[in-house]
Amino acid sequence: MKLVTAIIKPFKLDDVKNALELIGITGLTVSEVQGFGRQRGHTEVYRGAEYQVDFVPKVRIEVVVGEIDAARVVDAVVESASTGQIGDGKVWVTTIDEIVRVRTGERGEDAL
Amino acid sequence: MVNTGDTAWILTSAALVLLMTPGLALFYGGMVRAKSVLNMMMMSFGALALITVLWVLYGYSVAFGDDVGAGLLGNPGEFFGLAGLMEDTTSEAGGLPSMAFVGFQAVFAIITVALISGAIADRAKFGSWMVFAGLWATVVYFPVAHWVFDFTLTGDDGVVTHTGGWIANNLAAIDFAGGTAVHINAGAAGLALALVLGKRRGFGREAMRPHNLPLVMLGAGLLWFGWFGFNAGSALAANNTAAVVWVNTLAATAAAILGWLLTEKLRDGHATSLGAASGAVAGLVAITPACSSVSPIGAIVLGIVAGVLCALAVGLKYRFGYDDSLDVVGVHLVGGLWGTLAIGFLATADAPAGVDGLFYGGGVDQLWRQAVGAVAVLVFSFVLTLVIGFVIQKTIGFRIAEEDEVTGIDNVVHAESAYDFASLGSSGSTAPLAGQARAEARNTERTLA
Repeated sequence: MKLVTAIIKPFKLDDVKNALELIGITGLTVSEVQGFGRQRGHTEVYRGAEYQVDFVPKVRIEVVVGEIDAARVVDAVVESASTGQIGDGKVWVTTIDEIVRVRTGERGEDAL
Repeated sequence: MVNTGDTAWILTSAALVLLMTPGLALFYGGMVRAKSVLNMMMMSFGALALITVLWVLYGYSVAFGDDVGAGLLGNPGEFFGLAGLMEDTTSEAGGLPSMAFVGFQAVFAIITVALISGAIADRAKFGSWMVFAGLWATVVYFPVAHWVFDFTLTGDDGVVTHTGGWIANNLAAIDFAGGTAVHINAGAAGLALALVLGKRRGFGREAMRPHNLPLVMLGAGLLWFGWFGFNAGSALAANNTAAVVWVNTLAATAAAILGWLLTEKLRDGHATSLGAASGAVAGLVAITPACSSVSPIGAIVLGIVAGVLCALAVGLKYRFGYDDSLDVVGVHLVGGLWGTLAIGFLATADAPAGVDGLFYGGGVDQLWRQAVGAVAVLVFSFVLTLVIGFVIQKTIGFRIAEEDEVTGIDNVVHAESAYDFASLGSSGSTAPLAGQARAEARNTERTLA
């Protein structure tokens, strides 16, 4: 089992969600996060004083899938989240040791 | 006979001016960080409460009692507790009841004290602020209000029935609604207090962004609304002067917004909402002393210059390294000085005040009177504020601990937080503890620490 984590531009969230639904993903977790990559931050001006705002708002999507689906999820995210501009984000895949469905106690792939 | 029109307008104006202080609380509150917005607003509400009580007790008497010498101070005993003012004297002393004037002037005292708090955002002990507010009103505002607002009255038989303050009568500087007594006074005090308290931790290094600009815009709107009472009410009658003043107040403020935004656009590349709100206040400040003595065109010129000047002046604190957090100096001191001096240039005899300034062929006569009045209030307020500030600093302390400043003054000083945006149902809070249990919990905490 794999955890696919994607950091994307907030306005791309709907596109990515739709793309994931199309390939049959049945659940995902979304959180609002901040950070910077090569894009860095931006500047704001208040009464003439410039402030460098380092952290840019991003959305983090987490999807847990079986071994086979992970590659398709990554492809779907990359395709749907891409604008070709700097700051489009990253996607990475990590291996999961165990997963349990809280309601039934099912474990492993059954819990997906 | 009571003049019902005048009385209705002055009572209404007084209520308008009262609203300016909560408006100021919003204006200032939006500009600080989320962790200190309540303290910022409490400094205004604290001033509202304390100064009102002092005004009733002796403030009015110090400001508007009969002069005790040289036009410097009213007799504190004459109207102590507003004694003798409940009686209806409108038959002898014009159509406005004394108490209408008492109420109208009370709200001026309140807002002047509240204005100073912008210079010391995020870092002043609330108790020390309250002590300061009471001392400052007593030693600085009440006397200066006497200098500027208390006019000598002469009876029909030519006998002086009441002696007023020196700026209004001896010097004859024009300050219609408080460019000196309110804005230069509060601005100079703000500068002194910012110097006494020192910079906030991280000043000029960390981003101290306004946490809620819509609050700032709302506050600026309420200030503008209330300011019509401040200026047009200062006519002390529902008459032509009030109407001229009303239009000048509108015109100068609008022009100042344009002036500030233009300056920002050229200098920083963006016209900002904070700039629009600040420009409005800068225009209001500058037109305050001048609203009865300039033409509407004069008001527009005065307003544009005020907007440009104050937009440039708010940068001074970074160059000179004083943390006047919300620009009381840049807006109120600079705007107040400009408005007071501008009368010397832009006054026209066609306006209700009936005086010509330099640009209208009046020479420099009025200009030097304006300059003397402005400098006198500036120096008096600055020096006495330094003294009061240092005394409080050395005795009960004025600043909160550095650690508390980082945590946030709302939490430490008021035991509250302004916003609960936590999306989790409980937001991590627990049920309120009753007296005994709370004391036990506190003891446990202390033991653990």
